[in-house]
Amino acid sequence: MLEIKNLHVKLEEEDKQILKGVDLTVPAGEVHAIMGPNGSGKSTLSYVLSGRDGYQVTGGEAMLDGRDLLEMEPEERAAAGLFLAFQYPVEIPGVGNMTFLRTALNAQRKARGQDELSAAEFLKLVRERGKALKIDAEMLKRPVNVGFSGGEKKRNEILQMSMLEPRMCILDETDSGLDVDAMRLVSDGVNALRGPDRAFLVITHYQRLLDHIKPDVVHIMADGRIVKSGGPDLALEVEQNGYAGLLAEVG
Amino acid sequence: MSDTAVLSTSARPDRAGAAPRVGDTALTARLAALDLPAGGFSAPARRDAAARLNEMGLPGPRDEYWRYTDPAPFNAPRPEALAIPPREATLFDDIDRLKLVFVDGVFDAAASDDLTGEGLEIDTLAAADAGGDHWAGALYGQLETAGQNPVRRPFAALNTLAARDGVLIRATGRVARPVHLLYRRSDEAADVHLHHVIRLEQGAELTLLETGAMGARSNAVLEVDLAAGARFHHIASKRADDDKLGIGHIFARVGEGALLKSFALAVNGRVMRNEGVIEITGDDAVAHIAAAVLGDGDEGRFHHDDTVFITHAGQRCESRQVYKKVLKNGAQGIFQGKILVRPGAQKTDGYQISKGLLLDEGSQFLAKPELEIYADDVKCSHGSTTGALDETALFYLRSRGVPREQAVVLLVLSFLADTLEEIEDERLRDGILTRLDQWLTSRATG
Repeated sequence: MLEIKNLHVKLEEEDKQILKGVDLTVPAGEVHAIMGPNGSGKSTLSYVLSGRDGYQVTGGEAMLDGRDLLEMEPEERAAAGLFLAFQYPVEIPGVGNMTFLRTALNAQRKARGQDELSAAEFLKLVRERGKALKIDAEMLKRPVNVGFSGGEKKRNEILQMSMLEPRMCILDETDSGLDVDAMRLVSDGVNALRGPDRAFLVITHYQRLLDHIKPDVVHIMADGRIVKSGGPDLALEVEQNGYAGLLAEVG
Repeated sequence: MSDTAVLSTSARPDRAGAAPRVGDTALTARLAALDLPAGGFSAPARRDAAARLNEMGLPGPRDEYWRYTDPAPFNAPRPEALAIPPREATLFDDIDRLKLVFVDGVFDAAASDDLTGEGLEIDTLAAADAGGDHWAGALYGQLETAGQNPVRRPFAALNTLAARDGVLIRATGRVARPVHLLYRRSDEAADVHLHHVIRLEQGAELTLLETGAMGARSNAVLEVDLAAGARFHHIASKRADDDKLGIGHIFARVGEGALLKSFALAVNGRVMRNEGVIEITGDDAVAHIAAAVLGDGDEGRFHHDDTVFITHAGQRCESRQVYKKVLKNGAQGIFQGKILVRPGAQKTDGYQISKGLLLDEGSQFLAKPELEIYADDVKCSHGSTTGALDETALFYLRSRGVPREQAVVLLVLSFLADTLEEIEDERLRDGILTRLDQWLTSRATG
């Protein structure tokens, strides 16, 4: 589903190469995890895939279902089925969470040539999806992420994911700032969305999230490249030996 | 010592009996172009205004509070002719309200609702001024006069002198229906002066709505006197085809435990100057004044100036000034806001925020916040920012599939949101928000 080949990326404003040839394939139905030390380029990869400004692709390609992601505007990537759960969800005062969700959902439907959902249909859907994540009517009415706790923000990201039903979900350090209970809620939300037509790329520092969201493949990223890939056991190895040992091993 | 104190002490003696700043000829020409009414109950106030105006003269670009807005188009004897816009539905058509229509600044009884039986005394200035004594005689021009110190406001004095019409409202209880002043134009070159006087007696409550275009050039004064516990809500909406050249004034006196909330929405237009002068005289009173402004310089020069002066004379009073301006294509937004806390006005809670959102590099937002405090137990804060759209927020919205233009609309609404919070009536607030949303969306996608 997601195919990244030899992706090279530098910062637009500085002469600093961040990604130095990333190769990664995530087939439909699978969950892949990317682990790696700070500064290895994990978050940059997620931003470049979703189209954030400030980066310049200097080589390679990234395709979603055979379509060139890098040619698309961020909103086109979203309509094509890509979703990024932010590490730091953005607060938008004065815009109700519900308004935000409905605008986003209908914009994507419109872009895909589908009918927009009526107010009643939308309300039914958002209540149902919110319930599973313990997001009540009050939280839906509040301005987007304003005054939300860390856990509420991350649950809100997963709610958006569950409403928008993307094909390819990227979770950027979704576990940061979560307590044990919130981590379980978020993980349950993600697991509920797992299916044969959907794939996940889970970026995390720690193995603990992967206890809840069991990956099919674990990749280790270092210095702008995927340096090692393996099964779920690779995450345990990282947890036990740290990155240093592992990186020394791959040279 | 404050700047304004310097201005008022040094500037006045120089000019006593001497030529005003721009020169007598300018003022003489300005007055000669007007058909000045003699007035009935208002005659003494008009004579007084004439004398004060003669002493002050018209403002010049060197005046402390006219540095950012060129007074020339207001000083000119006559406005340029301006095409009459097509008549549009107003923001408040769906609301049960008492509608008063003014055409070129003259009350149009046939187009207005019946003024009797609303549980309030309501007259037009023109009709009342043709008769004998009137309750408004004790107020007409009085709050305007008081509001001239320490900052001179020559156009307000000119209005008291020249206004032929307006509405005079006195309420003693809660007035259920809002009073809607609807302005229309028919003469392409009308130079309009409207002067409204509102007196809310103890515990009375009134909502005043204003929409439409007053004239080719307009000068409005709204005097509001709030007795103890009175509550006054004010919403004014100016759209692109409304006033293109106008100066508006609110002079308010807020008594003990009284509340004033004024919100203005301005969309495009040309050159606008709004002066808000609020004196909180009683204890435990509340005064909020806010504006949401959207200016596109592509549709003619856009220059929008809010100049506010709030005086705290009572104890434990709260004031808020909330001004947000969204500017693009070379539009200019100005905010000059002052909080003056008089000696003894303890426990004052004064707040002022002004923000400019610049959608391109050619636009400009200028802010001059001032605090002058003579009491020691007060809480006053002010802030002012100018900036572009938050790129991170824009990316967040787009990453959810919201197209860029629509994301900008959402972020503009987000930016303006806390001005709308100043409207208490939820229905009116939602109505304005919906219209704003529709307007922005049609612009973004049209």
